[in-house]
Amino acid sequence: MMAGLDVYALAAAALIGLGFFGLIVQMHPLKRLLAVNVLGNGVFLALIVIARRLPGGPDPVPHAMVLTGIVIAVSATAFGLALVRRQARDEEGDDE
Amino acid sequence: MSDALLPLSVFVPLLAGVCVFLSGGGARSPVALSGVLLSLAISLLLVMAVGSQGTLDHALAGWEPPLGIRLHADGLAALMILLTAVVGALVSLHAVGQFAGKSEIANRFWTLWLLLWGSLNALFLSADLFNVYVTLELVTLAAIPLVLLAGSRQSVSASLNYLLLALFGSLLYLGGVALIYGMTGTLDLQLIGERLPAGGWPVGVATALIVAGLLVKAAIVPFHFWLPPAHGGAPAPVSALLSALVVKAAVYLLLRLWAGPLQLPLSAPWVAQLLGALGAAAIILGSIQAMRQPRLKLVVAYSTVAQLGYILLFFPLAVASAWQGAVYHGLAHGVAKAALFLAAGNMLYHLGHDRVAELRGMGRPLALSLGAFAIASVSIMGLPPSGGFIAKWLLLQSALEQGLWWIVATVLVGGLLAAGYVFRVMRYAFMEAHAGPSVDRAPTPAQPLMVWSALTLAVLSIVLGFTARPLLTLLGEIPLGGG
Amino acid sequence: MLTGAGIYQALPLWVLLSSLLAALLVFLAGEDRNRLRITVNLAAAVLKLLLVGVMGYGVLQGHTFLVTMPILPGLDLVLHADALTMLFTTLSALLWLVTTIYAIAYLERRPNRARFFGFFSLCVASTMGIATAGNLFTFFIFYELLTLATWPLVVHNGWPKAMAVGRMYLRYTLGGGVVLLLGIVWLAALGQSGDFVAGGTLEHLAPEHRTALIAIFLLLIGGLGVKAALVPLHGWLPSAMVAPAPVSALLHAVAVVKAGAFGVVRVVYDVFGTSLVADLQMNTVLALLASFTIIYGSVRAIAQTDLKRRLAYSTVSQVSYITLGVALGSPLATIGGLVHLVHQGLMKITLFFCAGNYAENSGIHSIDELNGIGRRMPWTTAMFTIGAFGMMGAPPLAGFVSKWYLGMGALQAGAPWVLLVLLGSTVLNAIYFLPLLHRAWFRESGEKAIATAGEPGPGLLVPTLLTGISALGVGILAGFPLSPLSWVTFIVGQEYAP
Repeated sequence: MMAGLDVYALAAAALIGLGFFGLIVQMHPLKRLLAVNVLGNGVFLALIVIARRLPGGPDPVPHAMVLTGIVIAVSATAFGLALVRRQARDEEGDDE
Repeated sequence: MSDALLPLSVFVPLLAGVCVFLSGGGARSPVALSGVLLSLAISLLLVMAVGSQGTLDHALAGWEPPLGIRLHADGLAALMILLTAVVGALVSLHAVGQFAGKSEIANRFWTLWLLLWGSLNALFLSADLFNVYVTLELVTLAAIPLVLLAGSRQSVSASLNYLLLALFGSLLYLGGVALIYGMTGTLDLQLIGERLPAGGWPVGVATALIVAGLLVKAAIVPFHFWLPPAHGGAPAPVSALLSALVVKAAVYLLLRLWAGPLQLPLSAPWVAQLLGALGAAAIILGSIQAMRQPRLKLVVAYSTVAQLGYILLFFPLAVASAWQGAVYHGLAHGVAKAALFLAAGNMLYHLGHDRVAELRGMGRPLALSLGAFAIASVSIMGLPPSGGFIAKWLLLQSALEQGLWWIVATVLVGGLLAAGYVFRVMRYAFMEAHAGPSVDRAPTPAQPLMVWSALTLAVLSIVLGFTARPLLTLLGEIPLGGG
Repeated sequence: MLTGAGIYQALPLWVLLSSLLAALLVFLAGEDRNRLRITVNLAAAVLKLLLVGVMGYGVLQGHTFLVTMPILPGLDLVLHADALTMLFTTLSALLWLVTTIYAIAYLERRPNRARFFGFFSLCVASTMGIATAGNLFTFFIFYELLTLATWPLVVHNGWPKAMAVGRMYLRYTLGGGVVLLLGIVWLAALGQSGDFVAGGTLEHLAPEHRTALIAIFLLLIGGLGVKAALVPLHGWLPSAMVAPAPVSALLHAVAVVKAGAFGVVRVVYDVFGTSLVADLQMNTVLALLASFTIIYGSVRAIAQTDLKRRLAYSTVSQVSYITLGVALGSPLATIGGLVHLVHQGLMKITLFFCAGNYAENSGIHSIDELNGIGRRMPWTTAMFTIGAFGMMGAPPLAGFVSKWYLGMGALQAGAPWVLLVLLGSTVLNAIYFLPLLHRAWFRESGEKAIATAGEPGPGLLVPTLLTGISALGVGILAGFPLSPLSWVTFIVGQEYAP
């Protein structure tokens, strides 16, 4: 963790900050779900940054972690989207 | 060969869940029940193996770490697997009654519950940080749809909140894991303990991220607000599983990390004090909230918020008797809370509502469920003879030995506050009412399976008051010194 | 383990289980199986009496009774039987039988009987546990169980008033339980198991942990004082009068206040030991507290117009005689205090049975309604008179015996001021009991008396007669073998000889 700042690390930090901010500020469930995804991508990017630090080329373990993480994130997001849609339908039912 | 039990205890429930999902029509129920029985048997065998042979290890498919995934069963994991198996089996019996005649919901329940069971076992057996992340997510993704089985609109928004917070919590955790991997180049719990630098800000940040993520998942004050709507709104068997097991999983990880890689950073005085203070706040605030709830299941849900706090009191104490007390509290609370939720669910099932103030005169039609509620409450209040009392005794004793009076006071006041919310319910139940309790629809008496499963769990919470020795022997020594 | 000797040695457990299983059966039998419930209740009560008799004989022969179950390292559940145990178990077993008969008659045709009798049995089981407990941990388990088992009895009627009182009762007793627990765990944190051993086990700690020991003693007495109704912890007792009469009888004579007083005896004699208590100067504190309670309770009793409330304040006063005797610590004072455990139980249960008869039969609750009732209910009123005179300490009745020994013991302990307390209390007792008797026997018949046809049915009257005559007997026959007095003398001679 001693090396200088690079663009990927900065991007990871920015994404994490952005996602965190969005999760706190946004009220709409869809936007909150997006914020969690942004946050997640920040964390994944941080893992990639860590993988690059090994002298003999990229470390495969964090890559594997990111891949697994993406799979989980995708399925969780799909589930979240289904919930958001269900909630929206419920509210529509109210208006009629 | 008994190390084969480790992967079996994970994959048997998972496969059973898949089988229930794939099997058609009338075959589902028998498949589900045999899945439950098999999972129960495997879990018990595993616990017995750990009891007789000590710690067990298994490298999946023969791949050793760092490439492969290692499963690790020690006393702590064995106790949690035992808790899951016993509570799970009895809740399953209750579910048979609760979902009788509702095959659609029942099928989803069995699929999700078996997947949850497998995921929980995987979590308890995980020996590396990233595998913990995966299993945490599996647990979450199996648990939230269970909340939705209630089918109400409130349950949809409760689930959505639960999901967002759970994802947020796991990402915090993953961030911490990334930092730790950067520092140590390993994910193995044991190796991390050996390689982690003794100090420095990266260790601090990583610990903070991991702990914060787990606190969110464990619904510890101030991250507790998602829990009551989710646990209070779900069908009774689901509430029981969530409160007894799922949130416990996150707290378990805190203990597991203290026992392994993160003992040093988690033992820093201010970290330990902070965790203890959060636990104390949870006990006090959760109990006060529980006293104010208009609905019975919300009372029980806030009680979970309070009870989880006791386990966090371990961190400032950090001695052998506190370790035993915290773990035993986890067991006692799991059993008692499942009984409370099932009993409360029976009342809801019978009356069509669970408004506390309208439960007067409930004693007669619901005598056994009320009895289960009362018996399990003894453990929740930490009164003897019960598992809750043993846990409280151990925590109190270690707090007194170290002169930590604020913990003594918290534990004692927490018991009184618990009596406050328990007896508020009992008071209504004992009030004179010739007409019996109010009902929202024609009463539908709970089936015997539902009643007796609740009662059995309640009695078990008392029995735990007498079984501390064998269970704590299984738990083993407090793992001091990391690694 | 299941040898004959093992079974015999485990008698304390069987005594405990005889009521515990009865409670379970009564709960499971349900509301409608009346006859089954009554059979179970009476059979269990008789069985327990037999078991207690066998155990008492064994203790007299010097046999040991001990059941141990390890709970945690260094923490055991211990049931045992010593002479002191027998004093309390015999009293409880006898009075449980009569109270059961009384309660069956009293609650005839009222709702929720299964619940009532279930908790009633559970309550007696807890009392048995308290009596046979072999260390503080075991004692605490049953002490708290007693709280939980009595609450449903106190609120049994389900009226808003009863509910409010139930809440108050819980605040006091659970609060007391917490204080007691703190004391016990603190002792455990000092490495002491709190075993009940004659003479105490803590003397060696005195030089090093003096302050802690004083704090622990005060915590233990504070926690026990709630149930023993030591002023200022007595507030729940007069209010608890909303409960049905058999419950009041049980609370006052057998179970709750006695559990507290018995605990005080155990703590002073068997945990700390009298010499350590004196060394810590706690005996003076305790004696002053008890004396104040005795006078305060009597003064408050005078002002009560409700019969049961007057009796309740009388209990506050009378139970502290036990604590007083214990605090004085001399052999004769100990005899006086311990024998009052039995004497007060018999007299007070008689008085409460009578109050129940008046209420049940004539609707009399307040004292000015008693006018002329003696002519309509001569037997009940005669028993009431025996109880009242006994409480005042008129010779040769039971109360006199207790007071005589307490007075002698006070002199022996070098605390002559206690005589003034005893004298004052006797005068006050007379002030609140004599006008009552005068009304009942000699005043013109009042409305309620005129409306009364006669004595209540045998279910209520016979238990009243039994306890009343016993209260008379233990006083008059105090000098005979196997009387409470000679048993207590046996205890003191055996265990607390100076």
